[in-house]
Amino acid sequence: MVTNATSFSRSGLSDWLLQRLTALILAAYTLFLVGYLALHPDLDYAAWARLFAGLPMKLFTLAAAVSLAIHAWIGLWTVLTDYVTERLLGPVATPLRLALEIAMILVNLGFAVWAIDILWGV
Amino acid sequence: MSNRRPVNLDIATIRLPITAYASILHRISGVALFFVAAGLLWLLDTSLSSPTGFAAVRECLDGPFARFLLWGSLVALGYHFAAGIRHLVMDLGVGESLEGGRRGARWVFAATAVLAVLAGIWLW
Ligand code: HEM
Repeated sequence: MVTNATSFSRSGLSDWLLQRLTALILAAYTLFLVGYLALHPDLDYAAWARLFAGLPMKLFTLAAAVSLAIHAWIGLWTVLTDYVTERLLGPVATPLRLALEIAMILVNLGFAVWAIDILWGV
Repeated sequence: MSNRRPVNLDIATIRLPITAYASILHRISGVALFFVAAGLLWLLDTSLSSPTGFAAVRECLDGPFARFLLWGSLVALGYHFAAGIRHLVMDLGVGESLEGGRRGARWVFAATAVLAVLAGIWLW
């Protein structure tokens, strides 16, 4: 079996499933947050901070942030392996793709850590 | 494998069907959202940091440029969301025929147009 060192789960099937699972979590979080903001046009800091201080919202936000990191990792990996190829770019493609993949993985991990840091402070 | 294989896919010479536009826009919106996510995290961080930060975010989003950027981000999210739901529906085996794929793509474009108008009404 051919495995890949930079895909999220090293397995196409489980990457596929995780992309769907994280999509559902991101969809639910998006609907909730847009709905909340639409229903509270005169939102002030106290109410906003109170919303994120509650444990359910902390867990929901954490799940969404982790989902975002996994979803974008899998998604951008797919995009990079489609376009940054030797056929399109010649021999620089492989080192370039590896560099871009590592960069996007680090940014995605950074997103998750940033979100945890935000939640920590509320 | 020989890399001298002929590749018979010059995309510029092909008239793309609506399903191809639906697909590539899902990809473009997904990549765009990756960058949007950084901005949203910054907004969340600043707005939750203090009452002053919250006020700064409100003021920032009042600017016409920031508001337009936010609208564009919401449209990308709306498109990616609608096309993502279409993916999940098709994964369940619904609408997988050629005609079903076309219908789904038209549905996604229509839903995005409605969401774009709603987002505009909301922001302005
Ligand atoms: C909010 C942040 C999001 C980001 C940064 C993001 C990013 C991406 C990226 C880069 C891809 C890869 C596109 C491709 O391979 O062509 C992708 C695919 C996908 N996204 Fe998202 N997405 C987000 C939210 C969502 C939401 C809310 C949904 C659910 C409705 C969703 C559903 C999907 C699905 C189903 C795929 C797989 C498409 C395929 O297999 O070709 N995404 N996303």
